Amino acid sequence: MAERYSSFEPHGTNWLLQRVTAALLVVLLSFHFFQLHFLNHAYEVTFAGTRARMEDPAYFATMVLFLVTAAFHGINGIFNALVNQGISGRRKRVAKYGLLLAGLVLVGQGIRVAMAMAGVTFA
Amino acid sequence: MSQSYDRGLIEDFGRWREFSAGMWAWILHKFTGWVLIGYLFMHIAVLSTAIPAADGDPSTYTDTIQGLENVVVIRVLEIGLLATAVFHILNGVRLLMVDLGLGLESQDKSFYAALVVTAAITVASVPTFLGGGVV
Repeated sequence: MAERYSSFEPHGTNWLLQRVTAALLVVLLSFHFFQLHFLNHAYEVTFAGTRARMEDPAYFATMVLFLVTAAFHGINGIFNALVNQGISGRRKRVAKYGLLLAGLVLVGQGIRVAMAMAGVTFA
Repeated sequence: MSQSYDRGLIEDFGRWREFSAGMWAWILHKFTGWVLIGYLFMHIAVLSTAIPAADGDPSTYTDTIQGLENVVVIRVLEIGLLATAVFHILNGVRLLMVDLGLGLESQDKSFYAALVVTAAITVASVPTFLGGGVV
């Protein structure tokens, strides 16, 4: 059996989810880069243009999926990198819940921004 | 039976002169990962100007984005961001193959291939990133 060099527990849920989100991100990130740097140009971005894109429910859902997927992949990746670096016990718990909180704040604020862009309000 | 290597701890960064291609790939993957998640937090912070924009002042958002895009350093950093993301993606595919035990004997060559393709895509994107407004 070949040695494993992965940072993750062999075939655990985190390993699988990191791979699934990675596959999604390849598609979503490529789309995002082409959309906002090659098709449209970042220097021409206006609030009206952003609103026009975000008012399309499919585009809105894609961007929210992109946010959630990227946040999970990044937070899970950092947590595993820290565990790989040798943290355990209390430091591991602090990292876990600290990162979880940071991820939730990121996704929460991101969804708030997406709703503002799309003109969606609860009122 | 495959051979087993004891290269010592990669986490001991002081040994960097002894690192092999696979170890550099591991370090670059972690480094680019930290940069990308750091950027995501910053990106959402900048895009948060959409909240006052939606409340009636669209220029808050438009002026922030266009103002940043008029700074040459920002454009150069965007090229760096593209390079970071492309390498992370290509090496991520390579890591998946390593994880699945596919092509392990070529893992060093696939790292060099990831670097070359990243460099090619980055160079090809320079006109797009530097054009329009700053150069």
